Amino acid sequence: MNTVNAPLVIIGAGHAGGRAALTLRSEGYSGRLILIGDEAHAPYERPPLSKGLLQGTTDLAGCSLCDSTRLGELDIEHWTAGPVLSLAPAQHGLQLADGSWLAYGRLLLATGGRARRLPNVPEHMANVLYLRTHDEALTLRNGLRPGSRLVVVGGGFIGLEVAATARSLGCSVTLLEAGPRLAGRVLPERLSGVLLDLHRARGVDVRLNVAIEAVLGGERAEAVQLVDGQCLPCDLLVVGVGMQPNVELARTAGLDVGQGIRVDGQLQSSAADIFAAGDVCEFRLHPGGEFQRQETWRNAEHQGHHAALNLLGAGLPFNSIPGFWSDHYDWGLQTTGQISSAEPSASRATADGGFVLFYLDAGQRLLGACGWGMGNSIARDIKLCERLIACGTPLQVPALMDAGVSLKQLLRN
Amino acid sequence: MSEQWIDVCCVDDIDEEDVMRFDHGQHTYAVYRSADSEFFATAGLCTHESIHLADGLVMDHVIECPKHNGRFDYRSGKALGAPVCVNLKTYPVRVEAGRLYLGVPT
Repeated sequence: MNTVNAPLVIIGAGHAGGRAALTLRSEGYSGRLILIGDEAHAPYERPPLSKGLLQGTTDLAGCSLCDSTRLGELDIEHWTAGPVLSLAPAQHGLQLADGSWLAYGRLLLATGGRARRLPNVPEHMANVLYLRTHDEALTLRNGLRPGSRLVVVGGGFIGLEVAATARSLGCSVTLLEAGPRLAGRVLPERLSGVLLDLHRARGVDVRLNVAIEAVLGGERAEAVQLVDGQCLPCDLLVVGVGMQPNVELARTAGLDVGQGIRVDGQLQSSAADIFAAGDVCEFRLHPGGEFQRQETWRNAEHQGHHAALNLLGAGLPFNSIPGFWSDHYDWGLQTTGQISSAEPSASRATADGGFVLFYLDAGQRLLGACGWGMGNSIARDIKLCERLIACGTPLQVPALMDAGVSLKQLLRN
Repeated sequence: MSEQWIDVCCVDDIDEEDVMRFDHGQHTYAVYRSADSEFFATAGLCTHESIHLADGLVMDHVIECPKHNGRFDYRSGKALGAPVCVNLKTYPVRVEAGRLYLGVPT
């Protein structure tokens, strides 16, 4: 079997897959390059789907990694005709929807995920919406009219950002969260608290610790019945309860799969010549560390880029510091490194009423930080924290807590 | 092409190794003071997704976008790698009697 001249194939034409394809070309790979996706659009970034695109302040072009013309110029074949049916790692080949066989030299799995469904929310109702793709965002946007009654299920980032956008468009919004606090699996209590206060102040009826009994209606959802007996009438129901990684192709092919497609430190899967990147990729940041997935813009960008380098044989370890942001009305939160829902080690106030929370290890080295501020104002401190994490020098808690000591100063000490 | 010189601020309004947003007419700019107190100016919005760069971090001669970590050399406007690929426009500045002036095309 000759795989030397076989094409590089990327399954998944989202952010990670798209970034990988562009990087392969910018790094000088001139062989055949096939990008297989299930959406009609050229690769785009997903964060605007719950913000600018939903608001109508940006469009597909505004979030594209590159348009189809550019894909053509770069000779990247973008196939959207149907799903890949199966993967045969030993034969280095794929079975396509039309029954044909495609041999690959090396393969990148960037299959992302799909919006998780809830068992007691019927699938067929026309006004029950999920938010994962551009087309889903447009459908939702068409329903967000002043005065429409929106029920959002899920107090994580997607649910909260949809709630914020819907409020700014004049909808009445009720948000249902099963847990005791907002984004409680990811964020420390203080950030959950400011999110709750802000969303309530902006008129979102946030209900914590609630469970859905049933969705009432026929072809359309008319109301949400809660377990405690309350009934919430709705014109639109948005379910934002996380994503389910698309691991089926890899699992059926016998690849090592945990919560995602498991990769080694160079993003290579358990099968030769197959790599994974983006939301679907389960990786360790450090040898011996815990396996994790990162469903973030930054991870898609960095792993897509990194996997491309390693597809070309660079053999580089992936150790990019994770991070994400989330925007709510005119406030924003940002994180870097490893943060958790636990209490932070230290905090500092910022000038605009925001704050930074620090997580230190036993040796007083910074593991992670998260912060809250007006607009993008928290970005500087978070970027400095990223550099402090990378340096790994021990820090003093009193200095971290003293807003008069700039983080830049600590970095240069 | 001729320039119009606009009074931006007192030079000490910008810290060393820092950036400030400056709006004039329909345009927004980012003005920089380097660690050795040289001044520079670029377009105010990142070429990637139009985010205000003035919320970003200045380290050495690099401005990093507050959202997507796109980096530019603010002296030349050069984009330093993905996700940014389009350079920033730069504008001339001059200092007179302790005030910073920005040269914008007329």
